[in-house]
Amino acid sequence: MSSATLAHDEAHEGHHTSLPIDNRKLAIWTFIGSECLFFATLISTFLIYKDNHPKGPGPKEIFEVGLVTAGTAVLLFSSFFVVMALNGAQEGNRKKMLGWLAATIFCGLFFLGMQVYEFNHFYHEGLGYTTNLFGTSFYTLTGFHGTHVAIGTLWLITVFKDAVKGNLPPAKALNLELAALYWHFVDVVWIIIFPVVYLMSLRS
Amino acid sequence: MASHAADAHGGHAPTSSGKYIQIAVILFTLTALEVLLYELCYGSLKGAGMATALSPWFVELLLGLSALKFWFVAMFYMHLKQDIKILSWVFAFSLVIAVVVIVALFILFAYTRGLFWAGVPW
Repeated sequence: MSSATLAHDEAHEGHHTSLPIDNRKLAIWTFIGSECLFFATLISTFLIYKDNHPKGPGPKEIFEVGLVTAGTAVLLFSSFFVVMALNGAQEGNRKKMLGWLAATIFCGLFFLGMQVYEFNHFYHEGLGYTTNLFGTSFYTLTGFHGTHVAIGTLWLITVFKDAVKGNLPPAKALNLELAALYWHFVDVVWIIIFPVVYLMSLRS
Repeated sequence: MASHAADAHGGHAPTSSGKYIQIAVILFTLTALEVLLYELCYGSLKGAGMATALSPWFVELLLGLSALKFWFVAMFYMHLKQDIKILSWVFAFSLVIAVVVIVALFILFAYTRGLFWAGVPW
């Protein structure tokens, strides 16, 4: 076997394991698994401390269902948009991929804007990070989720940049799928946060 | 050829746009039901229609609806339904540990506050 053939084989199998999937995909799923534990501790800590607000406002005084529902809808839209972008990438339809990917990035930025508005509003209502344990656990949980949204948005922007340059042919659609998996995980976490943190805390 | 196509799609066959649209409609319907449930039990529609019957089951219904949304996203948008089973096992294993962590923290906090069982924070 010539050295050129060997080099080609090594390059081709660079991301493969003994499993019939790319090792990057296994890695992102393992990472997502570890993130489940991270958010499980934050959500349970919030549930333990949500009624601990001897001073400052509690959930019923400051949470607004309308605003959070809008944010939830935007994140759900973005999950749909990113799978449509992936569909475009797999079909080799560059225009479709770029359009849906841009829409996903816009949704990510919109959600971050909503969260900045929400935090700012809560702060002016008297809920600082150290006002009470409810505030601390709320800002820590939703702040970490927001950080994940920001990282996901940045990742999607880099994929978008690659796609604009023409570096995302159907054979490399997995690059977008990895970013999409992370994005869906961020959405799935919000699917839990929305009812558990907001709706349940608002009941009397 | 088939395996090349699957490789390009990360180890699974591509899903049609129509399927993705169907899932999106289901997810939005479930979210609308969550908000409606809240409004009926504790919000502006409090006391209307089935509110009295639903109120005692508010937490269970809400958790059920979000578990359903979680399942749809994981299975169809994250492609666990089509991907090789080991990925589902990796995710399921993490979720089981996550649930154990949540339960352990509840018990620990309730115990250290002297509120064992009575203090589980729902």
